[in-house]
Amino acid sequence: MTGKIAFINARVIDPASGVDHAASESGGLLTDGASIVAMGPDIFNGGRPDVEEIVDCQGAVLAPGLVDMRVDFCEPGAEHKEDIESGSKAAAAGGVTAVVTLPDTAPAIDNASVLEFVARRARDVKLVKVFGYATVTRGANSDEIVEMGLLKEAGAVAFTDGRHSVANAKTLSRALKYALAFDTLIVQHAEEPNLSAGGVMQSGELSTRLGLPGIPREAETIMLDRDLALVKMTGGRYHAAHISTAEGVARIRAAKEAGLRVTCDTAPPYFALNELAVGEYRTFAKLSPPLRSEDDRQAIVEGLADGTIDCIASDHFPQDQESKRLPFELAEFGSSGLETLLALTLELVHNEHVSLSEALRKVTAAPSRLLDLPTGRLYAGAPADLVIFDPDKPARIEPDTFISKSKNSPFDGRLVQGQVIRTVVDGRTIYTADD
Amino acid sequence: MQFPESGTYIPALMTAAKTGLSAPKVPAEIDFPHRHLLGIQDLSPDEITYLLDLSDSYAEHNRARGGKLDIMRDKTLINLFFEDSTRTRTSFELAGMRLGADVINIAVANSSIKKGETIIDTAMTLNAMHADALAVRHSNAGAVKLLSEKVNCAVINGGDGSHEHPTQALLDALAIRRRKGHLQGLLVALCGDIAHSRVARSNIYLLQTMGARVRVIAPPTLIPPAMERLGVEVFHDMRAGLEDCDIVMMLRLQRERMEGSFVPSVHEYFKFYGLDYDKLQHAKPDALIMHPGPMNRGVEIDSDVADDLDRSLIREQVEMGVAVRMACLDVLTRDRPDTTP
Repeated sequence: MTGKIAFINARVIDPASGVDHAASESGGLLTDGASIVAMGPDIFNGGRPDVEEIVDCQGAVLAPGLVDMRVDFCEPGAEHKEDIESGSKAAAAGGVTAVVTLPDTAPAIDNASVLEFVARRARDVKLVKVFGYATVTRGANSDEIVEMGLLKEAGAVAFTDGRHSVANAKTLSRALKYALAFDTLIVQHAEEPNLSAGGVMQSGELSTRLGLPGIPREAETIMLDRDLALVKMTGGRYHAAHISTAEGVARIRAAKEAGLRVTCDTAPPYFALNELAVGEYRTFAKLSPPLRSEDDRQAIVEGLADGTIDCIASDHFPQDQESKRLPFELAEFGSSGLETLLALTLELVHNEHVSLSEALRKVTAAPSRLLDLPTGRLYAGAPADLVIFDPDKPARIEPDTFISKSKNSPFDGRLVQGQVIRTVVDGRTIYTADD
Repeated sequence: MQFPESGTYIPALMTAAKTGLSAPKVPAEIDFPHRHLLGIQDLSPDEITYLLDLSDSYAEHNRARGGKLDIMRDKTLINLFFEDSTRTRTSFELAGMRLGADVINIAVANSSIKKGETIIDTAMTLNAMHADALAVRHSNAGAVKLLSEKVNCAVINGGDGSHEHPTQALLDALAIRRRKGHLQGLLVALCGDIAHSRVARSNIYLLQTMGARVRVIAPPTLIPPAMERLGVEVFHDMRAGLEDCDIVMMLRLQRERMEGSFVPSVHEYFKFYGLDYDKLQHAKPDALIMHPGPMNRGVEIDSDVADDLDRSLIREQVEMGVAVRMACLDVLTRDRPDTTP
């Protein structure tokens, strides 16, 4: 057990409480073992207590560690792309202290024993906190609802079929209703599968020029319209994952105004890139949902700024070279996102779309509140899950240096600002930057 | 099949050069900066004109039975066809042989690609064979470009999915230019399965680059998204679309590329979009008919129209195919200072 650690010279930001203290010698944050014991601008005024270690943050930001609500650690089933250990290390390097893993693995996490296997593996690895979704349906691709009550008792934080949409309206309506008994959330990949079938990128001029089958925006809006009607009908709690279209943002905004229990997230590619990133068949830009038009991208930024979009998740879908070095139509969907989540989220701050505190809320307090996770906030007594980062330091995204097993980033070579300096979980430092 | 050694043909060429009978009258060389021919989109008007002029000279050479040349002597052309083809592959084969190259055909049906080898592995294998040119066809858009990034020789796109088929567009343009004298100002109608057609895309780019106007005529299900953004006029009524057209280019209904139902039946398709004399009346009286082949007679084109010697350019298209491919192979395999990959 570690003793007391004093973090000084840190700008302490806690989005949940609105705390934002300027860095000073006399203030900061004090941890003892796995917990935060004190924080404030003058907690070290009366001299430093007897501490084991003093961490001089040199003016950097100290915030709750990032909570990434949508990652694929590929375990069990595709450990050659990522596993809980490599994924956890990648998360730590990205300033992420808690992740929620998708359940459409092989086998799918649709019963308590598979969920417990993942939890045990995460305990053994003991780096970041690994929470798990369970599937909505057996096999993540059927019409049979899983044992939600038992799975929730076993630790499932919410239910989703991951990259599959729950396409059957009756199944989703039952899931939304049944989940009410356990006050749990249904997370949906909102894409009408018949309309998107065979498509590999956004429908439009570019797909026509490239000769690639397209996925129209309406695949998202049709599914959202149907789902939101079912939410209204059932009163269930619904979260739309990785919203990518202007119409999608408008639908969620209207649903929230109508008082439905609806939330949503997006991922950095949808606010930082558009379909042009596909260029001449760049498979690293093959994502699901596909990269959309510039109008859509701007609407996503607006949705983030006005609060319609509650959270940002990395959408970390690692793919090995063999899955991406293929003709575009044959390549897998997905990008490696954990190690670029913070820097890309900070682009929203540097471009003055949202405040630093608000940007951080979307990757800390907002997802943890939504999924009722015991992390993502700073207060005396909270777990010491922290990230220390320099929000302004210029950097270039170089996927070759990723710690993740997979280097499939559509942001290759992008110039960003922001660097993680240290990541702390339960008081233990699990990552420090080299320099 | 056994090929005679290419060296055999040097005397033939030398004789030709002496008598001046059969050596092609090539246009003045221009700076052709491309290592590969992947699509028409990459070409400037001057480069297209140069390729057409050079093709024209090869067409004359072929018509005059000029015999084999030694332009690709000691060079190897590999035809790598991941998708079945008879005419395009044969055309490349003949073009290579007429230039004096050694020609190898690799068809996917009996290759290791079917056994799970990736396109990158294939490229590595081909690199080890030191080919000078590759003519590649693949059913996925962008696959030929992907291959071109990994091999150390010139690559000619023989058709990639629904993306581009540049030699087809060049041969179509050559056939039109030889009959009409020019491309500038012509009104060309492309009719049929535009959505799945690489021929349509390459033709649109080439014809527009050279100053022709292009219309596309098809049922809405066979027009891809945002088609107007490519600068073409879109028609769903064939008679209206053919009005005033100089060229009527029919496209094959690509049933193998269709997922789900794009047209309800062949019967209905022919009634509304098949080319017959009745619909052809709406085009200019001297309008020419083209088809990249293979034709589905009675599906997109009536047999009588297809075989009308006065109106149909279909036979010449095939003939020009060999000449165009000779020109492309010639240009891309010339010794160049910057041959580093």
